[in-house]
Amino acid sequence: MKRQPIDTYVARLDAEVRTAVHDNSAAGTEKRHDVIWADYDDPDRLRRTAGAIKQHTLENLDTYLPEVEKRLQENGTHVHWASDGDTANQAVLDILGKAGLKKLVKAKSMVSEETGLGEFLGENGIECVETDLGEFIVQIDGDHPSHIVKPIIHKNRRQIATSFERAGLGDYNDDPEVITRRARVHMRRQYLEAGAGLTGANFLVAESGRIVVVTNEGNSRFCLAPSRVHIAMVGIEKIIPRERDLSLFLNLLGRSATGQRLTVYTEFISGPRGQGQPDGPEEMHVILLDNRRSEVLASNCREILRCIRCGACLNVCPVYRQASGHAYRSVYPGPVGAVLSPLLSGEFRERADLPKASSLCGACNEVCPVDIPIPDLLLRLRDRAKVEGIPSPGVPPMGAWAVLATQPLVWRSALVAGRMINIVPRSLIPVPAFQAWQGKKDLPTWRGGKFRSWMKQRRERKEKN
Amino acid sequence: MATCLCDAFYDDAARASVEVLEYLGCEVIFPGGQTCCGQPAFNGGDWKSSRRVVRHCAKVFAGDLPVIVPSGSCAAMILHGAGLAFENEPDREAIADLAGRTWEVMDFIVNGLGIESWPGAYPKRVAFHRSCHTRGTDSGPSAVQLLESIDGLDLVPFGESEQCCGFGGTFSVSFPNVSEAMGDLKLDHILEVGPEVLAAVDMGCVLHLAGLAQRKNRLIPMMHAAQILKDAVVGDTGVWPERRELASL
Repeated sequence: MKRQPIDTYVARLDAEVRTAVHDNSAAGTEKRHDVIWADYDDPDRLRRTAGAIKQHTLENLDTYLPEVEKRLQENGTHVHWASDGDTANQAVLDILGKAGLKKLVKAKSMVSEETGLGEFLGENGIECVETDLGEFIVQIDGDHPSHIVKPIIHKNRRQIATSFERAGLGDYNDDPEVITRRARVHMRRQYLEAGAGLTGANFLVAESGRIVVVTNEGNSRFCLAPSRVHIAMVGIEKIIPRERDLSLFLNLLGRSATGQRLTVYTEFISGPRGQGQPDGPEEMHVILLDNRRSEVLASNCREILRCIRCGACLNVCPVYRQASGHAYRSVYPGPVGAVLSPLLSGEFRERADLPKASSLCGACNEVCPVDIPIPDLLLRLRDRAKVEGIPSPGVPPMGAWAVLATQPLVWRSALVAGRMINIVPRSLIPVPAFQAWQGKKDLPTWRGGKFRSWMKQRRERKEKN
Repeated sequence: MATCLCDAFYDDAARASVEVLEYLGCEVIFPGGQTCCGQPAFNGGDWKSSRRVVRHCAKVFAGDLPVIVPSGSCAAMILHGAGLAFENEPDREAIADLAGRTWEVMDFIVNGLGIESWPGAYPKRVAFHRSCHTRGTDSGPSAVQLLESIDGLDLVPFGESEQCCGFGGTFSVSFPNVSEAMGDLKLDHILEVGPEVLAAVDMGCVLHLAGLAQRKNRLIPMMHAAQILKDAVVGDTGVWPERRELASL
């Protein structure tokens, strides 16, 4: 029998990975909760305000985008428009080609994962080094991130020590301090050699044309300080209107992502090195990436573009905690990924199972710093899949049920007839959903009709009195 | 009152809800033409089928009486889900009208009837699962408020209590492995603190958790919060005292 891919993945998932993902996620949820409720009387109001600001920006992108372009150019930054991932990757290659550079150091950027930049550059003779420690480990393992903020949430330090040994970064040693010291020594050489640094952007401010990048390792600063060229790859949904909005968003981002009041490094980048400034890149390029975002904007799931990639919805999601990020077969996993990936990948049919992988418990919406109604969006995508006739293994067909549930007389007879399941051997009931239930747990005794007759007797008794 | 899960499996929960409401002076009507709120098809993604059932539900419950549901997820379906499914439908007003009169039972007792505390006694350790579909509503806090006010009732906290039990309607049969893992984890956390009873405000959660508990021999009595309200007042006698005036509670 065909099964839901994520359910099959969970059944086969290594217990060690499951424990790592669950425990790290649960710890993240707890930290977020403690700090946000300690610091604010009504964090929900902040989340709603932030959501409204992002929604406003999205609905006015047609004016904000030209404004951003203008400000960036005034600041001396080159602006590139990329309608899709290939165009964005090509733009990076062209910039490096013109500058005569063969090596790129890269800070963490989800859009570059989305466009497959590292692989593309490798194929074109450019060495691309991930400098975020988690992303670096993913890179030397030939693996994929399992979380948008904590890419190696699925690994423990023993596995990381083995990866370092295999990559020629010293003998096996699983002391976290030793691992980070080795990474630092290795990484500093890369920064000095590269000549070009690539970052994403957490925010792009329309009013000023400044981009904001947050990290905890300071690696994005190292990517820029010694480099001649800075390239920022930015999704068009990253815009916020005003500088003052940053106070709200930065306060929410750190707390939501890692339970920090502020990330360790917050960089505000206004353009390339100015006159009299001692260092920093001489050239700055911003690549504004669409990659189906305008299609999402036109759809009934546009709220998902508010996302600021904090990962709080992954951490709190009970399905993600059991499944890990890899189960989602996409750059963006978890609840946000279950909405975004089918839409951004251009392969809705192949990814239409992702929105099904949710009990619709709503925990994701409750923690979202921009109040995205994720369960509603998952439901809309389920409806879309059904309307488009995409099969959904294991989901019980509802047509016959709807017929039953609109004819009270038949429904009532079925309620009584349901008692059959108390009598016949349950293994013989030829209903897949029933068997899926029965495979895992017991069903109580069918008592259809009992409540109705009790109500009826009660009414008759009252009428008599 | 509207319910179908209780109609099929949990008449005790439905009876308790009715008796509690009558004790508070309400007259409870159970329209015989009712079937289901439309939630299974809505969550399953078949909105077309769901809309047929929602329309039937709106027809059965037409009028101006409040509609009480002893289930957080059915309430969520009528209050919120149906609105989504009818966003572009010509008859969305009728659906919105039903939503405007619908209450989850705990929310109704506290915020509809203004009952702030509950009489009687229930000297047991109770774990309360908030039932996820009540998020963002007053159902969970209302149930906690009432339960906490009962003499002798010890509401015991447990780990990861904000997490879903793994039911999720059709989710539990289309993702049986994930659903089971989530349910096992929920049972781990609940059993760890050793409650004598688990209360919920959605019998869907109970259907799932009790099914798992029974299969794995990890038994603990589970019931709707309304059943605890009933037991607190009725006790071992099985008889309700004289109906009280609301103000005297």
